[in-house]
Amino acid sequence: MSGSIQDTFFEECEDLLEAMDEGLTAIEGGEHDQEVVNAIFRAVHSIKGGAGAFGLDELVGFAHKFETVFDELRSGKLEFDAALIQLLLRSSDHLADLVATARDGGTTDEAHHDVLIEALAKYIPEEEEDLTFEPMGLGGAMAPMPLIEDTTERAYEIRFQPLKDMYGTGNEPFFLFQALSELGELSVRLNESELPGFDAFDADESYLAWDLTLVSNEPRSAIEAVFEFVEGLCELTIESEADEAEDTDALAALNAAFGTDPDASGDAAPAAPFEEPAPAPEAVVSAPVEEKASPPKAETAKAGPKPTLRVDLERVDRLINAVGELIINHSMLAQQIANLDAGDVREVETELEGFKNLARDIQEGVMSIRAQPVKPLFQRMARIVREASSATGKTAKLVTEGEATEVDKTVIERLSDPLTHILRNAVDHGIEKPEDRAAAGKSNAGEIRLTASHRSGSVCIEIRDDGAGVNRPRVKQIAIDKGLIPENAELTDNEIDNLLFLPGFSTAKEISNLSGRGVGMDVVKNAVTGLGGRINISSTPGKGSTFTIILPLTLAVMDGMVVSVADQTMVVPITSIVETMRGSDEMINNLGADGTLLSIRGNFVPICDVADALGLRQHYDQPPGVYLLVETETGQRSALAVDDIYDQRQVVIKSLDGVCGNIPGVAAATILGDGKIAMILDPESILAASPSAAGFDTDRRISNAIAS
Amino acid sequence: MPSQAEIQQLDHEVKHTQFSEFVSFSVAGQAFCLKITQIREIRRWSPVTILPHAPSDVLGVMNLRGAVIPIYDLSARFGLQQTEASERNVVIVVAVHGKQVGLLAESVSEIISINPEEIQDTPQVDSRNTMEYIQGIISHNESMVRIINLDAVITAPEQVLL
Repeated sequence: MSGSIQDTFFEECEDLLEAMDEGLTAIEGGEHDQEVVNAIFRAVHSIKGGAGAFGLDELVGFAHKFETVFDELRSGKLEFDAALIQLLLRSSDHLADLVATARDGGTTDEAHHDVLIEALAKYIPEEEEDLTFEPMGLGGAMAPMPLIEDTTERAYEIRFQPLKDMYGTGNEPFFLFQALSELGELSVRLNESELPGFDAFDADESYLAWDLTLVSNEPRSAIEAVFEFVEGLCELTIESEADEAEDTDALAALNAAFGTDPDASGDAAPAAPFEEPAPAPEAVVSAPVEEKASPPKAETAKAGPKPTLRVDLERVDRLINAVGELIINHSMLAQQIANLDAGDVREVETELEGFKNLARDIQEGVMSIRAQPVKPLFQRMARIVREASSATGKTAKLVTEGEATEVDKTVIERLSDPLTHILRNAVDHGIEKPEDRAAAGKSNAGEIRLTASHRSGSVCIEIRDDGAGVNRPRVKQIAIDKGLIPENAELTDNEIDNLLFLPGFSTAKEISNLSGRGVGMDVVKNAVTGLGGRINISSTPGKGSTFTIILPLTLAVMDGMVVSVADQTMVVPITSIVETMRGSDEMINNLGADGTLLSIRGNFVPICDVADALGLRQHYDQPPGVYLLVETETGQRSALAVDDIYDQRQVVIKSLDGVCGNIPGVAAATILGDGKIAMILDPESILAASPSAAGFDTDRRISNAIAS
Repeated sequence: MPSQAEIQQLDHEVKHTQFSEFVSFSVAGQAFCLKITQIREIRRWSPVTILPHAPSDVLGVMNLRGAVIPIYDLSARFGLQQTEASERNVVIVVAVHGKQVGLLAESVSEIISINPEEIQDTPQVDSRNTMEYIQGIISHNESMVRIINLDAVITAPEQVLL
């Protein structure tokens, strides 16, 4: 684990904010379950508690208001309505902002802050307008008890029985009592009824209990705060006449705070009388306030996160690297054994096979550590759509599907920007104004569907809006105006759509400050290709547009075809290969001076010689013999000519960043079984760099420009 | 009061730290040297993987225990003729700008101790490259050894631009 307690707090905040978002989304979807409300309340409260401990006043202040509204909702004093849900969603966004500000520095929008505070205050009853509270421990399930915060003195009966673990933590009952005595008049009686005879005495056990009577005008929460640090380490019962007599409501609220069922607690509380030496652990009010302690809590747990382990990302990466080495090492070993002259190596080979399988298992396991569901990313996107639609005065709703799809953590991190961009664009340019939608016979609210799914070894992320679709004549005109395509270019619909990805194609000037930030969709494309992925757009006028992003499952390994090019061994990603074939002379047709076409079952595709494109072969001694049929994003097919195909295998990707700059045609490198490094080729950029393919015809040139 | 032995010990240490150890090697028949602390390891030459579109002084990349490191031909880098790669050549792996790179040299000669005071400034010569790449010269066994300015030979932006 790295970093200070504060880092840990911010890490926890991430999870808590996520839980909060999740809850709010459920509520937005019409699920007004008590457990959901409780979950959100707990999340906000934990953030507040931690923030208080670190003196993050602004965060605490806001979280308190937010939490109070949820408290009202929880106790049934407030009902959900559309306006409130919207307010809560905005507040949750703001809370996330505040957390980010507290962590990274910077400032938040003061005006926005005040507006939200004011709006939240409308839902809070007058007597709750009190912002003072004591900082609480991280993750404590302690709730302020607004309903019993009156100032009349009352007598609390406290029964305190330390478990033996408490002594192990160095907590001393005396200091707790001392703290209590500061709250009011305290009398302490020792209850030694459980002390066994001298013979049975175990020095490590805890036998003592105390019955305390405290007369104080402090609320119950103040007493609970005293015992906060021994939560879960003792049996604690706090009762006051007032509680039992009149305020069952408060009791219910308290129980809710402890995540217990109100009905059960109503019965259980009187069932734990003082005279009984040891209150049963199940007695709800007195139960150690620890996660998963009481059965009703388990119900909440199923909605909550599974137990997880927080590990420094660096450690995982080191592990992944080591496993990569292990796999390379295995293939080296296998190769060496195959080269041995030794007679019978069958047994060795069998063992080696077992070794290989184990290594693969480890690799998959390690990779899955890095794999994370896209859910948090998608949840953040809901906010983008919310903000974008309020900025443009449009109504748009984000529907997400396949949130459980797992993708490499780096991919998720680096997807955030492109997705944000696409979604903003979808709201800004895609979805029409409500009146236009009505005129087109669509429902008022636009719908943007964000889908993630696994598709044959890759991850497919789709952003589909039901807006107006790409305005093709306009897009083409802009491209002509900006000199991106010749005026007389004849483009297919798909090609026009893909013009959006051209660098320099940005309609920034005429568009709102929302998506027109001067960065075009080419930034999106670069981000996606940087991840080894592809992006495509398809659009139907009047029906909407769909962006499809295809990404590799992981950035660390991939399936590749090992080929030979000009005596060098290289790897071509298998995802881009449609078909491989051994060529013969009659399949090759010349076209013009240096254009060559390969005929495949009556179709002609341009040939691109890989060695030529990489500048590795100056003269043609013999034509390459094998062709890899590849398909570009725009659906154009080309044949990559290589000398030979050796093998198809999984390779560990080694980035060339920092080793050398961007080499046209090369995506990365890998280490082969013989310890040699092989370049991993990028067919798209090879085609773009290849003069023969580029010079083929106008269409080709344009699509190459698009692909570049 | 420190004892006589302790004073001697201290004296020795002071003298010792004044000397730096350099590894001398030959590139295109000329003697060069690098501070021993800059060198990570010295390996026998083995064929490297060619980088497409690379300049002539970048030979390619090599696998160093799982890391991909670029290999430069020092001779070509200094504007001399390209080293004819043979099994007798060595790759000197150095750490520079937080990265490891390999430098191809003809052969490694010896480790020499140099008193910093003996280092002479590079005399003014016409070639700007030479001036930049050579930090200074020393006389060792009646011959001239050139001290390589590693930061200039392997510049940080070069690695990005390459």
